[in-house]
Amino acid sequence: MSFLYLVEHDRGRIDETTLGGITGARILAESLGAELHAVVIGAGAASAAGGLDAYGAEQVHLVSHPLLTDYGPDAWGESLFQLAGSVGAGAVIATGTDRGNEVMAQVGARADLAMVANCLEIEPDGDDWLMTRVRWGGSLHERARLSAPVKLVTLAPHSTEAAATGQPAAGTVAEFTPELGESDTVTMVVDRVTVSEGITLATAPVVVSGGRGVGSAEAFDIIEELAGLLGGAVGCSRVVTNNGWKNHKFQVGQTGTVVAPDLYVACGISGAIQHWVGMMNAKNVLAINIDRDAPMVTKADWAVIADLHQVVPAISAEITRRRTLAAESG
Amino acid sequence: MRILVCVKRVPAPGAKIVLTPDAQDIDASLLGFAISPHEECAVEEAVRIVEREGGSVTVLTLGPPEAEEQLRAAVAVGATSMVLLPSDIPDWDPVSTSAALVSAIARLEEEQGEPFGLVMFGNESADSGGFQVGIRAARSLGRPMVTGIKGIDAEGDSIAARRETPSGWELYRLPLPAVVGVKEGINLPRYPTLKGRMAARRAPVETMEPVAGSSGQSKVMLMTPPDAGSAVEILGEGPEAVPAIVDIMESLGLV
Repeated sequence: MSFLYLVEHDRGRIDETTLGGITGARILAESLGAELHAVVIGAGAASAAGGLDAYGAEQVHLVSHPLLTDYGPDAWGESLFQLAGSVGAGAVIATGTDRGNEVMAQVGARADLAMVANCLEIEPDGDDWLMTRVRWGGSLHERARLSAPVKLVTLAPHSTEAAATGQPAAGTVAEFTPELGESDTVTMVVDRVTVSEGITLATAPVVVSGGRGVGSAEAFDIIEELAGLLGGAVGCSRVVTNNGWKNHKFQVGQTGTVVAPDLYVACGISGAIQHWVGMMNAKNVLAINIDRDAPMVTKADWAVIADLHQVVPAISAEITRRRTLAAESG
Repeated sequence: MRILVCVKRVPAPGAKIVLTPDAQDIDASLLGFAISPHEECAVEEAVRIVEREGGSVTVLTLGPPEAEEQLRAAVAVGATSMVLLPSDIPDWDPVSTSAALVSAIARLEEEQGEPFGLVMFGNESADSGGFQVGIRAARSLGRPMVTGIKGIDAEGDSIAARRETPSGWELYRLPLPAVVGVKEGINLPRYPTLKGRMAARRAPVETMEPVAGSSGQSKVMLMTPPDAGSAVEILGEGPEAVPAIVDIMESLGLV
């Protein structure tokens, strides 16, 4: 039996969640005695497919068609649905990103089968699967049962750390051409606008984030300065976007962007649950807050109980001072 | 444009979630409720489109009888009519939810003699987070659907829809009738006016029996995730903590 894992890529560039996702899919396949196959769809597929054998893909399906020129939920969903039928897949798996959930829901709608989103753990129970899945963006978990001839699931992003297998799998490549028509391309990307090529909030190694305690749009200057010095991105809480201090694209949390940086600096953020679930996968958390009892402070690795308006500029100044010293002595 | 927005009643964001003793549901006794955040923005967007282009905004929900509150909240900010599919069954699975909504939409369109130009969903519900009800509904209705939408421009018989990506925007163009899944951030929803609230209180609610379906997905129980349990280290109570902070940043290779 084979399990298919959908490799998420944008015109050949692999998504940062993919290697963790394929690792989770491989562990699941191994535990159920299935073979893991990777699926790469559309333009740029061949360049995105390289190296997947190191993560346990026994076979890589390159899905191509003249109409698969870009991403489109119908075109990708239809292609994956047809491939799953053609290889008789026992399960189809993706990572629970915007695209991953969207394509898998399209597959579920076509197959008229359940699709269980954002699973953390999966174990077999006879022919069924029992899974723990994310609710409320991660502040609640659900134990769910899935009974279906073909299991359709997405894995919660960042739930498995990417790990290459000691021995690369066979990694044979198979070409697949789905039958697609013009109706499958109605929902394709027709154009793009690139706003920034630089560090993005979702993938930045450091996020410096401000909350209600920042107090105004103007006071975000000090947050931006520190983020810039650390080579990081600026984030904010939901209160900040609701007050109009920052655009929603900076919002970290359940209804904003989910981040998993090496360091998350939370400045004046109380740490309400909908914010916490957006950054709980950060490796290290530093909280700067005047309230010692704020949830963000109690859950952080390090905290400073002080006014961010004093501390944040002082951190920037100290970083600059040390760098200047290092440059002079170097 | 005739727009229909599907909304869901959920506990107000930020509330502390406590489970019932049997772990089958959340303890709602002390909770305030609201329209799920993405859908609140969908209602606002629909009202703005209709303010510009003319038309109507119908809000539809499947939920407990109390979900009437959320329908009235939508009317208070400009929706024109509301439809409730009352059900005492908590946690409809996504396949059944979609089937019930599609059957109601089909009935409304038949009664009114024309399809809704745009059907809007939230990208995912804040509570169960299935990420699929709208997509399944669109497939059943035979209409194109794109999710994650943070910008909509009506362009005659089509819409231009924008999805935010880490580096910018993806643009989609959907012929009408179409379906979109909206994300918070597409707008900042307005507060209801007193006049709006008064009108909402008097507005009639149409009710329809929801048609139940079934799928292979079922809830076994809910669980509160284990606490990360980090032991916070307090570095100080003022700028004197700064050298220790920068030492940590240095140890992480950031300075």
